[in-house]
Amino acid sequence: MSSHRPYRDIPGTTVFDAEQARAGYALNMFCMSLLKAANRERFKADERRYLDEWAMTESQKEAVLARDYNRMIALGGNIYFLAKIFATDGKSFQYAAALMTGMSQDAYAKMMLEGGRAPGGAIGDAAGSRGELPSAEPTK
Amino acid sequence: MARITAGVTTSHVPAIGAALDNGRASEPYWAKVFQGYEFSKRWIAAARPDVVILVFNDHATAFSLDIIPTFAIGCAPSFAPADEGWGARPVPVVEGAPTLASHIAQSVIEEDFDLTIVNRMDVDHGLTVPLSLLFGQPEAWPCRVIPFAVNVVQYPPPSGQRCYRLGQAIRRAVESFPEDLNVQIWGTGGMSHQLQGPRAGLINREFDTRFLDEIVNEPEELARRPHLDYLRDAGSEGIELVMWLVMRGALDASVREVHRFYHVPASNTAVGHLILENVKPGDSRP
Repeated sequence: MSSHRPYRDIPGTTVFDAEQARAGYALNMFCMSLLKAANRERFKADERRYLDEWAMTESQKEAVLARDYNRMIALGGNIYFLAKIFATDGKSFQYAAALMTGMSQDAYAKMMLEGGRAPGGAIGDAAGSRGELPSAEPTK
Repeated sequence: MARITAGVTTSHVPAIGAALDNGRASEPYWAKVFQGYEFSKRWIAAARPDVVILVFNDHATAFSLDIIPTFAIGCAPSFAPADEGWGARPVPVVEGAPTLASHIAQSVIEEDFDLTIVNRMDVDHGLTVPLSLLFGQPEAWPCRVIPFAVNVVQYPPPSGQRCYRLGQAIRRAVESFPEDLNVQIWGTGGMSHQLQGPRAGLINREFDTRFLDEIVNEPEELARRPHLDYLRDAGSEGIELVMWLVMRGALDASVREVHRFYHVPASNTAVGHLILENVKPGDSRP
């Protein structure tokens, strides 16, 4: 059933393909609902209750409550949908990106000012990397 | 007849729109971005397009996971700036060009490109940030716009080859439209960036520089680049660059590079910007 998916080998990267989209449908559609100001207010008033209105898995709900974006992505979330959550929190894309790398906001911003994370594949490659990838669990 | 006179490419980072909208454009961080568009504003004031075909991607705004069109053309009379989670950008409503858009839709569908026709759509930063970069903050946008959305959210986006050939078909469609119109085509998104996961923040200046050279001079070869190369080398969101190939396919094989700008960073992204002109017959300028 599974076709060839060489993009799965790219380090530190989850490609949002049809399989991820299927797993993340309810999670992403919950995010989509936050485009409406009234829904943002209801979510902020009682996050757990709002999440329970969606056919999400318990793991997905817990990841949202913990704002664990890497976990949400692993469970089928797509960054453009998840952006509605951090937008609701009043946070920027750079805030979320830093969080996912496990770096501090300042260290991440500095890395970007210095030209961004070096390409070249190897995770944590100290020689070539201006900003190293965390080697173990990414966040928290 | 209508004709495509020029192509523009630019990144469409949301933070650029926020910087403009919140009056922070003169801060040193953002001034470095906006200075790359000073020439472009003067250029477009002189070029005076009647219509811009604006190739962009929706970022889970108009299209959710319910319907995911690979290519969608906006045929409505107008398009409202979208609320993307922090309120709509305070920018003018985008006036469409329904007659030309419908003509393009019919023409390219008859050439085997199965477009989705959209008659109602709010447009997000992917469309409005490029307009702001080229036109600044006017009371009304100075031209009509045909939003042309490409799916780059759920993998796989259309291939580079498909995008390039679609651009060629759009050109034929424009040139078969009887009204005398000055049309530009813009390709937006990119350049290298990754917004997700532990590898977020990836920037590849070498890839981007080569891409800027190739899209000007070797677009046929560039169009054959596989998606995996973009994902691996330009970051998971760098794949947006395939949209530039729609623009390039709609121009002449040989074009004049009028302007180039490249800057890192705007938030998480490498900003790239080109202005390319079709060379008029008898024009011998380099």
